[in-house]
Amino acid sequence: MNISLRWLEDFLRRELDPADVTGRLAMLGAPVDAVEPLHRDLSEIVVGLVEDVRPHPNADRLRVTSVNDGTERRLAVVCGAPNVTAGKKYPFARVGATVPHGKGGVPMKLEKARLRGEVSEGMLCSARELGLGQEHDGILELDTDAAPGTPLPAALPLADYRLVVDVTPNRPDLLGHKGMARELSASYGTPFRLPQIPGAAGIDVPHARREGAAGSAGRLRVTIEDPQSCPRFHAAVIRGARVGPAPEWLRRRLESVGVRSINNVVDATNYVMFELNQPMHAYDLALLRGGSLVVRRARAGERLVTLDGVERPLTPDMVAIADAEGVIGLAGVMGGAGTEVSDATRDILLEAAWWDPGRTRRARRALNLSTEASHRFERGIDLWGGDAAMRRCIELVLATAGGELAEPPLDLWPTPTHPPRIFLRPARVTQLLGVELPWHELERHLVAVGATVVSKPEDGRIAVDVPGWRPDLQREIDLIEEVARLHGYDSFPAELRPFRLGTRADAPEEAIAASLRRRLAAEGFYEVVSLPLGGDHAADSVRLLNPLATDEAWLRRRLLPGLVRLVEANWANHVADVRLFEIGTAFTDAGAGRRPAEERRVAAVLTGRREPAHWSGTGEARFDIWDLKGRLEAAVALAIPEAEVQVEGQALVVRDGEGRVVGQGGPLSADAPPWAAPLFGFELLVDSAPRRPAPFTPLPTTPSSERVLALLLPEGVHAQQVETVLRRAAGALLERVDVESDYRGAELPAGTRSVAFRLTFRAPDRTLRDSEVDEAESRLLATVAEELGIQRRDAASRDGG
Amino acid sequence: MTGSARPPTTATNDSTDPAGSVTMASTGFPELDALLPRLAAVPALEAAALEAEQVAVLGRKSGLLTAALKSLSSLPVDERKRFGAAVNQLKGQFEAAFAARAEALEAERRRREAAGLDLTMPGRRRWVGAEHPVTRVVDEIVGIFRELGFAVATGPEVETEWYNFLALNFPADHPAMDMHDTLYLDTPPAEGEPGGRLLLRTHTSPVQIRTLLAGPPPVRVVIPGMVYRNDAIDASHLPAFSQIEGLAVDEGISFVDLKATLTHFARRFFSPATRSRFRPSFFPFTEPSAEMDVECQLCHGRGCPACKGTGWMEILGCGMVHPAVLENCKLDSERYTGWAFGMGPHRIALLRYGVPDIRLLLGGDMRFLEQVGRPGGTDTGGVDA
Repeated sequence: MNISLRWLEDFLRRELDPADVTGRLAMLGAPVDAVEPLHRDLSEIVVGLVEDVRPHPNADRLRVTSVNDGTERRLAVVCGAPNVTAGKKYPFARVGATVPHGKGGVPMKLEKARLRGEVSEGMLCSARELGLGQEHDGILELDTDAAPGTPLPAALPLADYRLVVDVTPNRPDLLGHKGMARELSASYGTPFRLPQIPGAAGIDVPHARREGAAGSAGRLRVTIEDPQSCPRFHAAVIRGARVGPAPEWLRRRLESVGVRSINNVVDATNYVMFELNQPMHAYDLALLRGGSLVVRRARAGERLVTLDGVERPLTPDMVAIADAEGVIGLAGVMGGAGTEVSDATRDILLEAAWWDPGRTRRARRALNLSTEASHRFERGIDLWGGDAAMRRCIELVLATAGGELAEPPLDLWPTPTHPPRIFLRPARVTQLLGVELPWHELERHLVAVGATVVSKPEDGRIAVDVPGWRPDLQREIDLIEEVARLHGYDSFPAELRPFRLGTRADAPEEAIAASLRRRLAAEGFYEVVSLPLGGDHAADSVRLLNPLATDEAWLRRRLLPGLVRLVEANWANHVADVRLFEIGTAFTDAGAGRRPAEERRVAAVLTGRREPAHWSGTGEARFDIWDLKGRLEAAVALAIPEAEVQVEGQALVVRDGEGRVVGQGGPLSADAPPWAAPLFGFELLVDSAPRRPAPFTPLPTTPSSERVLALLLPEGVHAQQVETVLRRAAGALLERVDVESDYRGAELPAGTRSVAFRLTFRAPDRTLRDSEVDEAESRLLATVAEELGIQRRDAASRDGG
Repeated sequence: MTGSARPPTTATNDSTDPAGSVTMASTGFPELDALLPRLAAVPALEAAALEAEQVAVLGRKSGLLTAALKSLSSLPVDERKRFGAAVNQLKGQFEAAFAARAEALEAERRRREAAGLDLTMPGRRRWVGAEHPVTRVVDEIVGIFRELGFAVATGPEVETEWYNFLALNFPADHPAMDMHDTLYLDTPPAEGEPGGRLLLRTHTSPVQIRTLLAGPPPVRVVIPGMVYRNDAIDASHLPAFSQIEGLAVDEGISFVDLKATLTHFARRFFSPATRSRFRPSFFPFTEPSAEMDVECQLCHGRGCPACKGTGWMEILGCGMVHPAVLENCKLDSERYTGWAFGMGPHRIALLRYGVPDIRLLLGGDMRFLEQVGRPGGTDTGGVDA
């Protein structure tokens, strides 16, 4: 919302400092996003009185003028403007002054010049040169009583600050200057009142004629057919107006809030909207057909060319204003081009209505047409403020365009209501705010924002009649917020008071994720947090209904593909050593009518050197599948302890206790540059079941015996199979099995490799005899030979290995 | 090289002890006693000779002691036992002597090497990783609130309109919804599903509802998680980002508790001297609502471009839980009151690490992650070692 500081000054009748106002508004809940100086660059321009005009001796189009700039001397100024006239005042830039928009639109410092032989000691300026408009056909004639030499900003209400205020959706009243002035009035403790309209002295607009659902305005029959959408409708007819350029002050005022001047009548309606927050509309009465105006739902197939020249299809969900032959306006959003006020307009119909916020919102969303009016109606304007706004608008039109108000304005209000009354209990204020505020302070704050209060100490509460412009005040808590806000949030103490501990248990998945993060970071991985949205999808992907871009249209079902993209981006930056992980949510479709399955997953990728390069020669080795497998196993232990890593073909597959695949790992294909090291990665489900610490196993008190079995594994037999058989066959005495080496060589029998297993035997209660271990060893050899066809590698060839 | 540069060599003397002290006693078998001089000579052997001697004495195929053991079977029974014991004892003594000598030689080698080292050469390092800056911010925030008796709560990222909006007192068709540009799922809701359409939660506040519905107060939870908005990606917006909320509901909780707790938080998170202020604001689910500003961490309140000259930076939204929210959770809003806050760890990470563009937090650029992942962050200029 754009707010003019000067406009507020006119309300509060005092000077305002923009920084001070900004600070106060912030602490009142309406932070100022920006303060924009307007025409602060005109301080060097003064009012100049042209006392004499004579032809230029050497140029037909130029004149030589004598300018009174308030000093003794009359200055000779050469001027090319056709409208320069002796006895009139114009903006004047002396030699040395800077004209804000000189040649080419850039600031220009004036020097003494000679134009076709004649000395010129300054410049009379056009509106465009001063940034006051686009007019450049002539110089800007000033209608001012200010003496020559008066700085222009002092002579005209020009210099201003525009405050760009962030108004929250619950405060429609702050979308008008009167509402802002009311807030500042409460803050400064000074009164405020509506500014005088120049030229309106003596105009006295009568109060409205109250009617039900129908009434007449001039010869027009006005009817509300849809009182749900339009509970109140004001209309007035002004005849014989002269539509034309708006006066300077009105143009400046609209310019200060960023609105372009159209003509005196349209500007009057806009002025009222920015002042009183009541959007208005003006029709050219002569263009209304059939003598009737109806507020009704649009009919299927009806279309309207709106003021912006676009033809728009309407639906029965939208409310329209129609004459006898068709729709002429889209309620709450935009008027129609067909009945627009133009310079030819003589008779005007003014409208001030209250449109249903929800319906307005749906209409503007359906048409994708957001306007200053729809913005206000959506938030809810003052149902009881239409009459004052209409009378203000009539006053403005009569003052700027002339004409005559035919009869008192019409006020259609089928079901009159009062603003709501709510009750405030001071004890409840204390309960919620933690501080006891005296009754008189509560009352003072509520009165300051326009409420009417009646204290009822006997039943411990204050009756509050809420003003119509505050639709956000609906229940007691809303009043408590008002009290807190006006008391000042900073005035409440920040003292830590005793509290009870909460009774909710910690969510285990956060602790599990934290343990995974610590582990993976310690392993050298960096965490990433990527977008769960993407363009990749599969049959069970979850699709979004309204994505902003097609590459954000699907929810991810896996994390790993995203990590691979990030590795590729690093390769593109010539970064070869990449270790990344992510813990995040993945989604899979669970069918129509069901929430998608949400899984917390962890994924990691690694490529490049195993450790940083070192001059000693270490750090040249690159990550291989074993690095990946080790990290995958470590992650499984933390993420889903019941699961185990299994080998299926050339892939590592993680299965949980029920045999479901919950993760996998292995080499990854990617768009890799030739110098890139192999890329590996894994992805794994994170089980959110709370973890229990593993129970203590007593440390061994007896010695162990170790044996190394070098076994010849035929093609197709895996170490894990061997280990499984060894463990089963050895029974309880076998404590651990470690793989010591994996050797392939020509001296081995064809189609075999030699894998050495180190077996550790231990009995918990006694020292094992060699014979027991020998016997176990023989039994194991016999079993692997029988079940897997594996022979022991003989002693002679073992030395060679 | 001077003698004083050399470390004391006690290790060598000690290591010869176990072999030296018992070796010279006779074994009672001449063929074994013949080996005693060779045992005594072990401490003087150089590396190559040591290896050869080991094979000669202990070698599995043709070592002298191996051969002696092999001859055992030819001896009478009582002799066999004594001889076997003597061989084994001598074998142990040789093994100890070889090991001690090997260790002494290795220590000598290292000492020689160390004396010539250029210690200005770079040390050997390991890869270190790091948690994401946003995670670290979340962890830090959670840690501070844990000190204040809060537990961590979580909830689903796909929600219904009821949990995300209606239960939180968002009026239907109200401009308040414009603050939450919502991404809806293209999955039709179930028959008779009272929650309405499925959407990606626009804030973590639905977890407030789930937590309050789960049982009676006192409730003190913090809720970290991803949230989604239908926003185009630019330097300060992402369609998915992290949020963390806090919720405290009990009897007797007031606006003073809110201010006190969050002021304490700001001092713990930023610095003990950090000033903060509370400004009125609007959220449908809290009333009174506030924005909390802390003094700008870049200019410390003097005013700079980052804080648009105000000296303040907005870090979180908060307020007293709206009675309608408590009522939607079947709680007596006259008996229970509460407060809640919400903030964006992505945004706070930008502030904390001085990162100008939120998209950097989205990527996996190792150079960025290494930089912000250093202990102490970017401000110390520290190096991982």
